[in-house]
Amino acid sequence: MEVMAPKTMFEKIWESHVVSDEPGKPSLLYVDLHLVHEITSAQAFDGLRMNDRTVRRTDKTVVVADHNVPTKDRDKPLVDEIAKTQLDALAKNTSEFGLKYFDMFSEKQGIVHVIGPEQGWTRPGMIIVCGDSHTSTHGAVGSMAFGIGTSEVEHVLATQCIWQAKPKTMEIRVDGTLAAGVTPKDVALGIIGKIGTSGGIGHAIEYTGSVFRDMSMEGRMTVCNLSIEAGARSGMVAPDEKTYEYLKGREQCPTGMDWDNAVEEWKKLPSDEGAKFDTILKIDASEIVPFVTWGTNPAQVIPITGRVPKPEDYPNSQDQFAVEKSLKYMGLQGGERIQDIMIDTIFVGSCTNSRIEDIRAAAAVVKGKQKSPSVRALIVPGSWLVKQQAEKEGLDKVFLDAGMEWREAGCSMCLAMNPDRLDPGERSASTSNRNFEGRQGPGGRTHLVSPAMAAAAAITGHFVDIREWDYVDA
Amino acid sequence: MEAFKQHTGKVIPYDMPNVDTDQIIPARFLKKIDRVGFGELLFNDVRYTPEGSPKEDFVLNQEKYAGGSILVSGPQFGIGSSREHAPWAIQQYGFKVVIAPSFGDIFRSNCFQNGLLPVQLSERDTQTLIQRAQELSDYEITVDLEAQEVHDSVGFSASFEVDSFRRDCLLRGLDDIGLTLEKTSAIDAFERANA
Ligand code: SF4
Repeated sequence: MEVMAPKTMFEKIWESHVVSDEPGKPSLLYVDLHLVHEITSAQAFDGLRMNDRTVRRTDKTVVVADHNVPTKDRDKPLVDEIAKTQLDALAKNTSEFGLKYFDMFSEKQGIVHVIGPEQGWTRPGMIIVCGDSHTSTHGAVGSMAFGIGTSEVEHVLATQCIWQAKPKTMEIRVDGTLAAGVTPKDVALGIIGKIGTSGGIGHAIEYTGSVFRDMSMEGRMTVCNLSIEAGARSGMVAPDEKTYEYLKGREQCPTGMDWDNAVEEWKKLPSDEGAKFDTILKIDASEIVPFVTWGTNPAQVIPITGRVPKPEDYPNSQDQFAVEKSLKYMGLQGGERIQDIMIDTIFVGSCTNSRIEDIRAAAAVVKGKQKSPSVRALIVPGSWLVKQQAEKEGLDKVFLDAGMEWREAGCSMCLAMNPDRLDPGERSASTSNRNFEGRQGPGGRTHLVSPAMAAAAAITGHFVDIREWDYVDA
Repeated sequence: MEAFKQHTGKVIPYDMPNVDTDQIIPARFLKKIDRVGFGELLFNDVRYTPEGSPKEDFVLNQEKYAGGSILVSGPQFGIGSSREHAPWAIQQYGFKVVIAPSFGDIFRSNCFQNGLLPVQLSERDTQTLIQRAQELSDYEITVDLEAQEVHDSVGFSASFEVDSFRRDCLLRGLDDIGLTLEKTSAIDAFERANA
């Protein structure tokens, strides 16, 4: 009898999607789901038009407006001309090419990486692409999902396929149990802090170990979302009972016998015992604490109990230069306790942390308290459905009573393409994914944290160790 | 992408070395959402005054060269940034071919992606074409990709080299999408097997 070599989940998904393989060329892979938004699609649609092409599979293409939609006053005319042009173009393109489109008035609208899993578009074993780097999020259900460029968007629209060179595989195993107050965001920041922003380049990551098994689906999405910040184009978690329970009954998921058959197939996906990864990283859960970024890339991260580093803490001059540059931009000296840093704005939102679990975590911290008068607090749910659910649970009241703003769904202050942005010099505690210079507005200073930590900072006006938070009983 | 086998058209001579992509299309015009409308912006800063009126001495603004479809220029044409807007602008102006003694690398491949043919001729041959275009009226040449040759009706003829894979794609009008569409039966089969 022939013995099959054990395979990783990545290999299984890859191999089952190869349409054409020729030596010396990338592989042509079939795409099961193509997610599209307003920023990276306009020129792709134009390309189709210029060449008299159509969209091959309108049923596998889902379009949503998220990046530059306003999160308040949607009933008023758009003030931003460029945003209006882009949104108008998207509406025109989707109707011309016959695509499903959730505009900002649709009850299915939300951040593309939130609505995918939430409506059950995103399912195990799929290959999923989107003209957006945080497409890695969808790997949380056990799919292979990665971001692509505008010409590739056009290519996928026309052919439902994508040319890809095979990446290497990386296993990141975190075993143990997370302490109370330590969240999936902290797991991801801990990993990025450890391997750096280029640690995952050229790799597809699979997250394994008890920490991810115990983690909720929302938490897995947060971790997979941040894979790109470690340099990897995709991150995935093997599907399990939690995955099936999460997906069952979601609008786009199969039902009845079809559901049972699908689950049978999905159960074959997890990496085989003994499957080989090109790179393996092991971390113990006890190393993960609440983290805060202090600098201008997501790897510049320290524990909440720590102090901001000084250039002289680093042995080589390149690092010293980088630290100095980050400190200068962030308006920090180096050496200060992170808990002493005062903040001006908190943002709970983005495709990293805007799901119902994130909103609940923030609300639990805020409940019965008032925000600091000097702090502006924006709570932006990731989708209409998240917003509705939160309102059903009365969470909107918790925030509003605390003096915070409760907004409509969208990318919002994650990248400041809509009116939600930091002023120059303004400092934020943000649950988003990038603390690059100017990311939340020109001159804005971003510290990445978990939703609970952002909420706590809004109450006190500075960073606090969430493990010591005084929660009000529900 | 349109197939390219042979093209006969009027020559516009732009006798200038090192025409970089910033000159071809300045960075501030890259904010547009569409891939059209770049033709009017081609060579914007040398073509128009700051107030926006055409500069009389610039070739594209001269009556003599109206309707030209073959651009002939100096060495290192298209050096600089990778912006695909550069070939878009040249093509949308109405050019089918750019002839120069040498090209920027990325620009050259961007041209092929968009069905614009970059033809590399010797410095002497390009100078001949430039001179004839300047001296004669309605000077036309023929660029034959199949034969890999350029000629006019008054005795000029030169052959050129071109990457065989790219030549093949252009002759058949295939861009990357076109190439993949050639595999349509494999994609159909995949869809049937996984339906
Ligand atoms: S929330 Fe931020 S990171 Fe996510 S898709 Fe929107 S802009 Fe990109």
